[in-house]
Amino acid sequence: MPIDMELEVVLRPTQYPMPPYPPKVITLANGKKMVVRQATREDVPAILKSVHPCLFIERDYYDIVSARLYGELLAWYRYRVKSEYVLMGQVDGFLVGIVNGRMENEKVGMSYHTLAIDRGLRIGSHLFAAKMEYHLEYLGQEEVLIVAESPIGFRRWMIEYPLAPTKIPHELGGGDSYLLTREIYFNAKPRLVVGERPVPQDLFDEAAAEIKFADDDTIRERIAGLKGR
Amino acid sequence: MRDVAVIGVGMIPFGRRDEDSLMEMLAYASLKALDDAGLGDKSVDAVYVGNMGSGMLQHQSAIASSLVDRLSLLPAPADTVENGPASGGSAVKNGLLAVASGYYDTVLVVGGEKMREVTGWRATDFVATMTHPLAEYVYGITLPGMAGMFTRLYMEKYGVTREHLVAVSIKNQEMGGRNPYAHVEMAITKEGIFDDPAAVVNNPVIADPLHLYDACPVSDGAAALILFPLEKIKNPVKPPVVIAGFGQATDTHTLQEREDPTDLKAVTLAAQQALEMAKLKPSDIHVAELHDAFTILEIAESEHIGFFKKGEGGKAALAGKTAFGGTIPINLSGGLKARGHPVGATGVAQVVDIVFQLRHELPKDRQVKNAQNGLTVNFGGFGNNVLSFVLRRVQQ
Repeated sequence: MPIDMELEVVLRPTQYPMPPYPPKVITLANGKKMVVRQATREDVPAILKSVHPCLFIERDYYDIVSARLYGELLAWYRYRVKSEYVLMGQVDGFLVGIVNGRMENEKVGMSYHTLAIDRGLRIGSHLFAAKMEYHLEYLGQEEVLIVAESPIGFRRWMIEYPLAPTKIPHELGGGDSYLLTREIYFNAKPRLVVGERPVPQDLFDEAAAEIKFADDDTIRERIAGLKGR
Repeated sequence: MRDVAVIGVGMIPFGRRDEDSLMEMLAYASLKALDDAGLGDKSVDAVYVGNMGSGMLQHQSAIASSLVDRLSLLPAPADTVENGPASGGSAVKNGLLAVASGYYDTVLVVGGEKMREVTGWRATDFVATMTHPLAEYVYGITLPGMAGMFTRLYMEKYGVTREHLVAVSIKNQEMGGRNPYAHVEMAITKEGIFDDPAAVVNNPVIADPLHLYDACPVSDGAAALILFPLEKIKNPVKPPVVIAGFGQATDTHTLQEREDPTDLKAVTLAAQQALEMAKLKPSDIHVAELHDAFTILEIAESEHIGFFKKGEGGKAALAGKTAFGGTIPINLSGGLKARGHPVGATGVAQVVDIVFQLRHELPKDRQVKNAQNGLTVNFGGFGNNVLSFVLRRVQQ
């Protein structure tokens, strides 16, 4: 697609400086090691392949979450969103979850989505915690605005932290935002934010070498379960 | 009284079955049991349906008559049996007595529950309706809360440790992974749920000292069996298995009224009755399905039945004595912990799993070699209504 760079200067949002998210490794309940690391724009086409099959899974609002995430990934890939970041979880190189958000301004973060591709291992919880860690500990923000599409998300974020209800609209629309403040985050951190740094080199190299993704049927089965057929 | 055989069994995979109604699940399991018994579309004399909550969860009552119509078994007499999480066991008992008495010959017993239709909170609240309305429920008690307090007492009195509970959890999820009917098919490791710092998230406290992986999931599912007088069996399709003994006992509704809340008297009595009726000792049992809605219950029940002395059950689990290949393998189906616990289905599913074992038709990684006798414990309330069955493979 031809790009008019003169116009592109107008269309592309300016970006806040965003220090990188340092990768970490988390041991899951099944003993597997999940590497959590920041995605680059070049990773987006591979990530989209894992998001695509989720568009057609109605269960637990996967269709809505993945459709929105798909759009957010494209917007980031093609410079149509301001200060977005994407973190991902990989086990044995395979993509098992994605989270994203952006800086609304220097002090306020805007949480976008959490998509767990492998289920039953609290991958969503781990990755959501990682993105809150990014906002508050690495981007140095004061608070994050959060909404949930699914009851599972509501239970994991709003109740488990617990987040503070506000009347502030969220840019995703839907219900009013809930707020993660520094106080709430650091109170919750000992029981919700885990992971070890640095990531052992062999694990990191495996994750960085290739974003592997399962085939569509496997992804659907992992999300909806064998019994979901 | 006639000896009663289980001539057909059927079960559908437990889990989250969004596409199936409760009635469809009950019908699928029933049809599988009828097929397994070689009955085809022949009618049955009576139907007993174990279910705890269709009135609350599906806003549908009198499901036994609905099922009979659905299965074209009219005009078979039909009863819905509600006895909390022991509803399935009670349905089996009713079918057993009906055939043993000589009143009916061919009886279909089916248990089922559809619990994933509501949120986990509402499912937990629904199960809590079995607690005392004024002395317990009104104060917000839930079954996980009760089990947590029970566990703390049991730990203090008998030295059960978290490592013991973790051993049960790992064992049962491992076995669930080998069972195509199990809700939870994922193996877990001690590192992931106990040793590693990430365990604080992977396996959070749900009701101190119990953690997430100490509790059974909320499941949909159904299981069924066909009972028939042993004396009338000719040319059996499958090796007949008889219900050689059963027992049932109740205990105080509230835990606080028990002289010793760690003493599960109804489990002891029910298992003793079942074993005495079968003329067997605990050491004669080759495989057992116990009601491990929480890991502590598998340990406590294994002691109350007499498999181990008080205080030895946890150590036995940790030592692998209750694992596949152990001296008394327990919950090789994955138990409630991994097969799942659709409350009305559980008591029937336990019997079905023991029948699979005694027919010697399971894959090698789950089949107890040459198993002849099996035992179940279906635990209603918090031990206030317990049923136990002893099943025996008939020597031909």
